[in-house]
Amino acid sequence: MGDFTARAPKALNDPTLRRNFRRAMDGLMAKRALQFQDRDAWDALRARGAAAKARVVARLPELLEQLEARLTANGIRVHWAETTAQANAIVLDILRQAGARTVIKGKSMVSEEMELNHHLEAHGIAAIESDLGEYIIQLAGEAPSHIVMPCIHKNKAEIAALFAENIEGLGYTEDVDELTAAARRALRGRFAEADAGISGVNFAVAETGTLVLVENEGNGRLSTTLPPLHIAVMGIEKLAERLDDLPALLALLPRSATGQPITTYVNMISHPRRDGERDGPKAVHVVLLDSGRSRVHADPELRDTLRCIRCGACMNHCPVYSRVGGHTYKFVYPGPIGKILTPQLEGLDCAGDQPHASTLCNACVEVCPVRIPIADILVRLRAESIDPSGSAAVKGAGSMRKSLESLTWKGWALMHSVPLLHRLGTWALSRLGNLIPAAALPPLSTWMRVRSRPVFAPKTLHELAREKGYGNE
Amino acid sequence: MSEARANILARLRAARRGAVPDRPDWTPPAYGPDRLARFRAMLEAVHGEVIEVTSATWTERLRTLLAERGVTTAMAAPDLGLDAAWAGRGPEVVAYDRPVEAMKDRLVHDIQAGITRARAGIAETGTLVLWPDAAEPRLLSLLPPLHVALLRLGTLADNLSALMAEQNWAAGLPTNLLLISGPSKTADIEQTLAYGVHGPKELVVLVLTDL
Ligand code: SF4
Repeated sequence: MGDFTARAPKALNDPTLRRNFRRAMDGLMAKRALQFQDRDAWDALRARGAAAKARVVARLPELLEQLEARLTANGIRVHWAETTAQANAIVLDILRQAGARTVIKGKSMVSEEMELNHHLEAHGIAAIESDLGEYIIQLAGEAPSHIVMPCIHKNKAEIAALFAENIEGLGYTEDVDELTAAARRALRGRFAEADAGISGVNFAVAETGTLVLVENEGNGRLSTTLPPLHIAVMGIEKLAERLDDLPALLALLPRSATGQPITTYVNMISHPRRDGERDGPKAVHVVLLDSGRSRVHADPELRDTLRCIRCGACMNHCPVYSRVGGHTYKFVYPGPIGKILTPQLEGLDCAGDQPHASTLCNACVEVCPVRIPIADILVRLRAESIDPSGSAAVKGAGSMRKSLESLTWKGWALMHSVPLLHRLGTWALSRLGNLIPAAALPPLSTWMRVRSRPVFAPKTLHELAREKGYGNE
Repeated sequence: MSEARANILARLRAARRGAVPDRPDWTPPAYGPDRLARFRAMLEAVHGEVIEVTSATWTERLRTLLAERGVTTAMAAPDLGLDAAWAGRGPEVVAYDRPVEAMKDRLVHDIQAGITRARAGIAETGTLVLWPDAAEPRLLSLLPPLHVALLRLGTLADNLSALMAEQNWAAGLPTNLLLISGPSKTADIEQTLAYGVHGPKELVVLVLTDL
């Protein structure tokens, strides 16, 4: 069982962390808002994008087969993995067969899900992250705290210290241009030497067998172009049905993520290097990872989760995420999308705390570019987590059930269905309720810790109504 | 491995099927006579430079802009005819005429500018469309610190949807198709923009207004 509530105070009481996130989230929200000032245009664009992804989810099995057929026809090898362990084994096997010793990586959340770097290192293959943010946290030995901006929890001074310590010949500097140039120098050689590049995928187009990657830095292009071998890892839901679904999706993703109308690079890969071409990898592989996604797909309500295009807007606008930061969630995907995705992928038995780390304020639902009903899914998962039948829809359903809690609600239900009990109960509370030592009495004390105690009126509403002469009708 | 494939597809097929929604109408913006102005404004907003030239003036304009930046070694396809046009007055022009394995060192360390043609442009987002080929390979627009792209004004489209449809991209895509909107950049350190993190620090677009 997770313990988000136990971890949260540490983040809440860390003023540097709070400042780092506040500044970043405010900036990202303001920049996004500037991109969607025309409500009608936003509504139309969002409806188009949501439909494009909803179609993918609805037609997933046949689209995966179509994608596989097109990729294969294009000369790209396709692999399927049911679990992250299988995916790791596939990647390792491809690298070994190619005799690869060093790997340069573009940003990929699926590779984080797989803990691919660890796996490769354990087998003697060095994997270097090349996205600047990922490079920074790899140096620091940390995990990403945001799905789009992985080192958002760190400020300039922290990064300056990290670079001074780790990059040869670089002194302490907080000049962002100098820090960036130092990373460029440090990574250039790595790119040139790397035996293979590994990347994620933003959209794989079933119609044409095309891998679409968006980025600003150029490290994604380098990782997928310079080394002789490219391996792309992706979740089985990251598809687009047709090429002409891309314009709307590409208009939604960067604007929602960072408030950019388009990323610097949109990299569309359809083949390995062909005869006569001068560069590009000679072999391209795609690993399609399930890891719980087909179970999410099985439930007609929960499957909306699979529309996600990983823009991060939901976390940028989340009052909980922006205060506790990404690491407090303890899982790869933080924030609202993580709160609905993690329990479904990992099971409520180990991530049952996640759907509760929410105020249900609905901010995420309002900004989600593909209209995922995040709040509804949160409520559904909360219900699943205490479902006594342990419905098979979500792994670990019913695992958060507590007998005292369910007894309390049973009593509550009884009191509200038997008039005599209701009258008796409310009468007793109005007379004696204020005497309950709630602050000291578990489980009421947990409730009271962050809430002020309600004061019971001396008379119940029914009594007052009767005094005023209202009848039962 | 194919067992994984069979299992995954079987699980997906076993699920209750949902409705397949229609694609609602969505019309991306058009700019009419302001296309070039929009293209320029968008590209300049992301640190790109746009210079209007003609087929008669572009080689000379290119020569001076490279000279201003102290470029002594540039890379370009031979059929652009730069050597002939400059007649020894410009920087050395190297062709990307061998596989990358044989060019890697020069590309990573020596070449100061990469010159490419753009297949088209997109006004809405200030975007260049590149279809790299044997003459102008993929890394030409990525490794050198300066990228200069030639764009024919007649190929400037309003938006990506219109361009895709007009050129029927779905019928056949190149090995790698690129949309490029500005120089390489990052905001990973405190959301502060820095240019040239892995790709070019500078992007200059020469728009051939007579073509
Ligand atoms: S749930 Fe929606 S808002 Fe959140 S990352 Fe996914 S697409 Fe973006």
